[in-house]
Amino acid sequence: MTTTIPIGLTVDGRHHDLDVDPRTTLLDALRERLGNTSPKKGCDHGQCGACTVLVDGRRVLSCLTLAVAKDAAEVTTADGLAPDGALHPVAEAFLAHDAYQCGFCTPGQVCSAVGVLDEAAHGAPSAVTDDLTGPTVLDRAEIAERMSGNLCRCAAYTNIVSAVAEVAGDAARRGSTVEGADR
Amino acid sequence: MRPFTYARPDDAEAAVATVGADPGAVFLAGGTNLLDHLKLGVATPSSVVDLGRVTSTAITELDDGGDGDGDGDGDGAARSSTTRSGLRIGAGALNSDVAAHPLVRRRYPALAQALLAGASGQLRNMATTGGNLLQRTRCVYFADTTTPCTKRDLTQPCSAREGWTRYHAILGASEHCLATHPSDMAVALVALDATVQVLGADGTRTLPVAELHRLPGDDPTHDTVLRHGELITAVDLPASPIAARSAYRKVRDRASYAFALVSVAAALGVREGTVADVRIALGGVAPKPWRATRAEDALRGAPATDESYRAAARAELADADPVESPLGGNRFKLDLVVGALTDTLRRLTEEQHS
Ligand SMILES: Cc1cc2nc3c(=O)[nH]c(=O)nc-3n(C[C@H](O)[C@H](O)[C@H](O)COP(=O)(O)OP(=O)(O)OC[C@H]3O[C@@H](n4cnc5c(N)ncnc54)[C@H](O)[C@@H]3O)c2cc1C
Ligand code: SF4
Ligand code: FES
Ligand code: FES
Repeated sequence: MTTTIPIGLTVDGRHHDLDVDPRTTLLDALRERLGNTSPKKGCDHGQCGACTVLVDGRRVLSCLTLAVAKDAAEVTTADGLAPDGALHPVAEAFLAHDAYQCGFCTPGQVCSAVGVLDEAAHGAPSAVTDDLTGPTVLDRAEIAERMSGNLCRCAAYTNIVSAVAEVAGDAARRGSTVEGADR
Repeated sequence: MRPFTYARPDDAEAAVATVGADPGAVFLAGGTNLLDHLKLGVATPSSVVDLGRVTSTAITELDDGGDGDGDGDGDGAARSSTTRSGLRIGAGALNSDVAAHPLVRRRYPALAQALLAGASGQLRNMATTGGNLLQRTRCVYFADTTTPCTKRDLTQPCSAREGWTRYHAILGASEHCLATHPSDMAVALVALDATVQVLGADGTRTLPVAELHRLPGDDPTHDTVLRHGELITAVDLPASPIAARSAYRKVRDRASYAFALVSVAAALGVREGTVADVRIALGGVAPKPWRATRAEDALRGAPATDESYRAAARAELADADPVESPLGGNRFKLDLVVGALTDTLRRLTEEQHS
């Protein structure tokens, strides 16, 4: 018999108290305990990105996260990015650009893209950034690299990059893609 | 998954004491390697000790005892552009935060590039500096508990010898294990002469990252020289002008989100067409991040040309022992090392001309 541990999680703005077996992943806690099935279980080993959620604002893999370790954390899932059905601009762009087929990877892609935009706004570089000390500009190569942790078996990649590029373009026009700032 | 108890101590001493008291206990940092191994049955700890409140996430300039610009003249000049003071990276600092840090990007570009070449954006937001160093091999037989593996169990044979060795070692392996260390970050740290700060039951010690990992010999079960219960608390990067002229090059089967077949971390100083100073480490080729001292020795004082770079790579590979296996082997890594090292050094040379 294992003892359970009490934790508190705020998921998509709502607080939950629950007792978890220490082995429970955040993904299983969300899906099986709290009935939030927007994060998907693709591989359960950190290889596909389908389980991507935002924890305290940053994109992470819920399948490789122990729920007990995230006591008191603020979790945002793709579901929470669309309060009362009002789609997030990233999700709107996915619709407009046909950036999915079966849709299984899409909640993870959308959460990841929201993370990408935030990281870029903080000036984070990527593996394809030529000048590490220069400004962060989200061109297609940058977006493809930054989204590489999200696989899509339907191979909607081209349209996913277009969708993220559109939102990145809007963000850039509003001036929130800033130069070389530290995070 | 086997049941385990979970603890989240408040400080490093308590964490060390808790793990030290239980031979079956392990530290948990980002969990990106440990959770995978818990699910696979590769790790079966009796208790998991979370470092969430324990390890520092700070990245701070090391006081070098001088005026801050390291030249000892007391003017503290040009602190923002100097390459002279070192950096301490807390063991809990996330891979993404280290890569994005302005001082890392400016003073230790090879480290930023190595981190950014590893894993994915989500994983880098979870993976820590300490955990990255201590991640275990990606040998497919090690991860599959239905295939024999000496690293998992000293009484079993190695499945890789006669198997799939595309990601396996050509240097430093033994008949018992030829698995590579998978970290990109560690390769850059070894090239940049970084050290690790370790806390154990008997106090603290410091060791070069180059001496942290061990070769398999006749006991591949221990990847590092750390004793059970020892905690990595920080990584220190020494002040080094040459580190600002460093780069990381990773060759892999996919353009992104794949482990290295071969990687190179190098720092180069060229004066009047001659190699004045050089640091090289290789990844994907050995059971540990491989400091290429033979190549470095061959290069110091040599003309800064492709011929020198190729010859240095070949000198490093003199004792290489690639595997010929029914599934393709890994002899191709010899040419890959020569190409990747030559290319990396050529680019660093060109940057110094422009
Ligand atoms: C799909 C996938 C792709 C990846 N691709 C790459 C890649 O291309 N390049 C690359 O370099 N890595 C890659 N990784 C590996 C990843 O970088 C590591 O899993 C990660 O760095 C481990 O850090 P962590 O904090 O999550 O460690 P954990 O999983 O928490 O711990 C790893 C080990 O270190 C021990 N430990 C952790 N912190 C300390 C400490 N401070 N002191 C003592 N012991 C400690 C733990 O007990 C455990 O044994 C990949 C991982 C995945 C899942
Ligand atoms: S190479 Fe090492 S890790 Fe891989 S099967 Fe052989 S003993 Fe195990
Ligand atoms: S389910 Fe988490 S990465 Fe695949
Ligand atoms: S839309 Fe089907 S997996 Fe991506």
